[in-house]
Amino acid sequence: MTLSGPLTFLLQLPLASAAGAADAFLERLPLVARDWVTSWLPEPWRWLVNSLLSIAVILSVFGLLFAYVTLAERKILGRIQNRPGPNRTPIPFTKLRFFGLAQPFADGVKSLTKEDVVPRGADHLLHFLAPVVLLAFSILTFAVIPYGRHLVPVELNAGVLYFFAAGAATELAVFMAGWASRNKYSLLAAMRALAQLISYELPLLLAWVPVVLVAGSLSTTEIVAAQAGWQFNVIPHWHVFTPWGAAGFAIFMIAALAESNRSPFDLPEAESELIAGHLTEYSGFKYALFFMAEYFGMIALSGMAITLFLGGWHAPSPYVEFIPSYVWFMGKLSALLLGFIWIRATFPRLRMDQLTRFAWKFLVPLALINLGNAAFWSLSFHWSGPFQILRWLISVLVVVGPFVLLGRKLSAGVAPRVYRYAV
Amino acid sequence: MLGTGLLQGLGVTAKNFVGSFHDPARLTTIEYPEVKTKLPEAYRNFPFLVTENATDPMGTLRCVACQICEKECPPQCIYIEKSKDKKPDATGKPQLFPAVFAIDTSVCMSCQICVEVCPFEAIKMDQVYEIATTDRFSALLLNREQLAKSNAYYHEIHPTEAAEVDARLAAERKAAEEKAAAAAAAKAAAAAAKASPVAKPPLTA
Amino acid sequence: MTAALVLIAVFTLATAAVALSLRNLIHSALLLIASWFGIAAFYLWAGAEFVAFAQVLVYVGAVSMVVLFAVLLTRRSRADTVIAPDSVARAISAVITGIAVFGVLGAAILNTSFARLSPAGVPPLPSGTGVSPVISAPTATVRDIGMQLMSTHAAALLIIGILLTVALLGAVVLAAQDGPESKQESP
Repeated sequence: MTLSGPLTFLLQLPLASAAGAADAFLERLPLVARDWVTSWLPEPWRWLVNSLLSIAVILSVFGLLFAYVTLAERKILGRIQNRPGPNRTPIPFTKLRFFGLAQPFADGVKSLTKEDVVPRGADHLLHFLAPVVLLAFSILTFAVIPYGRHLVPVELNAGVLYFFAAGAATELAVFMAGWASRNKYSLLAAMRALAQLISYELPLLLAWVPVVLVAGSLSTTEIVAAQAGWQFNVIPHWHVFTPWGAAGFAIFMIAALAESNRSPFDLPEAESELIAGHLTEYSGFKYALFFMAEYFGMIALSGMAITLFLGGWHAPSPYVEFIPSYVWFMGKLSALLLGFIWIRATFPRLRMDQLTRFAWKFLVPLALINLGNAAFWSLSFHWSGPFQILRWLISVLVVVGPFVLLGRKLSAGVAPRVYRYAV
Repeated sequence: MLGTGLLQGLGVTAKNFVGSFHDPARLTTIEYPEVKTKLPEAYRNFPFLVTENATDPMGTLRCVACQICEKECPPQCIYIEKSKDKKPDATGKPQLFPAVFAIDTSVCMSCQICVEVCPFEAIKMDQVYEIATTDRFSALLLNREQLAKSNAYYHEIHPTEAAEVDARLAAERKAAEEKAAAAAAAKAAAAAAKASPVAKPPLTA
Repeated sequence: MTAALVLIAVFTLATAAVALSLRNLIHSALLLIASWFGIAAFYLWAGAEFVAFAQVLVYVGAVSMVVLFAVLLTRRSRADTVIAPDSVARAISAVITGIAVFGVLGAAILNTSFARLSPAGVPPLPSGTGVSPVISAPTATVRDIGMQLMSTHAAALLIIGILLTVALLGAVVLAAQDGPESKQESP
């Protein structure tokens, strides 16, 4: 049995490629590979190894993605600032540089070999636990994202809720880091960071509620399934291509920027002003763990944004459906991460009062109005003909009108700055 | 409207990013150890001794060991020992030469005073900057052989200045040759006058 | 399954007990949060996914912050941290409150009909089919909960909503009456 199992799987490979798009060989490749591995094992152990394999694949794929997102970020920031970015790290013991692709590993070795300083008065256990808890919860969020047609690590009835529950628990780690450092500035910075995280939790949650309303489910797979299909074979039925979806996507991404401590909302650890905020007393690999968690959070939130608004793993057109779904997912993910980096390269940091005012006076009202808009959209789904145009018109107006009015109020008395001596 | 400025900013950074791949003005970094910048002509760092001929640097040093630079050097980093004998210089005239000429670059402050005071255009400012060593004593004490660099190298690093110097030297040599020729002619004339007392005395030179 | 329940129960009760006995309030609060995690795990064990994640989202994400902020903002000095149960009256009132809460909860549990829940309702674990083994909700899906909230318990939901809104407005009023410096903000 142990030998015949793998052989039958190998025999099935060409048969699988003959089936339709959903069962194309490339589409099923990860499953085939996994089943091939588990077919070596006795039956009672297979489910356990299946889960462990999913975990291992997620950790390695997103660990590598984390490493290369940091490199891509540094390179793209460099290019935008008229310099090439890190490109010198060679492959060890050779002189081959390959544009500095070994840089993340050099960084890892560096942070591993740095001294781990813990303040004398610190709460040693909590000081150690904070990065661990943060990283653990950020990794947990990866469990429910559908990476491909057949690639959902855990199918949960309330998957979206699970995702944001795990995301909310990271606040705890921020508090633990600030408090356990026994440094009043760390604690103050942790409080500031918490104020920011709690402020932006609300627009983040309100931004995805319309999706749940329209899709009628909290399960990530069903939300992705609700976005299947195309109009005229070119316009996909993604939520982002509806007025409420576009607004929700924008609000979600802005709140995601703030939740993952990314510029222009990176004032919890503003390097130039606060040293590192609640991370002041962290060094070496613990500091690297915080960064890893930040990037994991960013990647996970981007993955969730893709699931909720950008059609998940669906291809944008049936003509390109031969490209496997997980490639589409990773492509969309890369595009969103590129957006994060681009935004970081462009915008200056907000002030604390601007940050909270932006959340409470602009994003939250817009998100609430957007919820009503989505309710209207799902109630008017049977409108057709000229009513279809009316439906779009009303929906667009409900998005644009409040945006213009609230935006005018937000920027009242703030003229565009004129730089007299800049060219 | 709110957000237009943000979009403009994104446009600026995107232009910079795309431009960095094809527009050299948007990617100005020069990757130093592989590529070196062309230094400005006026850049100077540590003196060197000019030799006329690169194939025989020690034989054609312009320095005549007059020791003016040694005396003028504010941090006193130059050490010279005169030779016992004389050697013909570039013009064939027998001259003293430095048996030892050492500059301690750990003391030198690149003030260029040695260059200003040298009457023979024999010491000029170099453009070296990769001078880090693992030995801070002997490796930073440059001797005659290390200091000697050809006139062609001087033309390479300070072209304008070197051309002026060459023109001046050529003029001096020409003047010296003319003077020598005149002196020789006078000598010959004197000799001729001595040989034939009837002849007219020569014109005063 | 029972072993898991025992493990979850021991974890929840142990963290709660240690939280009670600790002198350091922050440690107590963090252990309380761990105890809430245990309760969430229990909900998950019982197949109530939605309630479990809502528990984590609300308690671990939000209520914990309220508790921690309250501890940090109300404590004046390090000497304040130790509050010993030094009087008999205090101990008696604590015991009475505890018994009252226990009675209310116990009565609520005893009065609930568990007819719809049966051991047969738990589906067998899927093996090797692609879905990882997770306890799925046997009876109540999210949609069912939503329907229940919007029909049977609509009045309760509305009352809670109004109560929370009133509390929020009250907090805003309290915070806005701070002093003249709050007027610097642009309208």
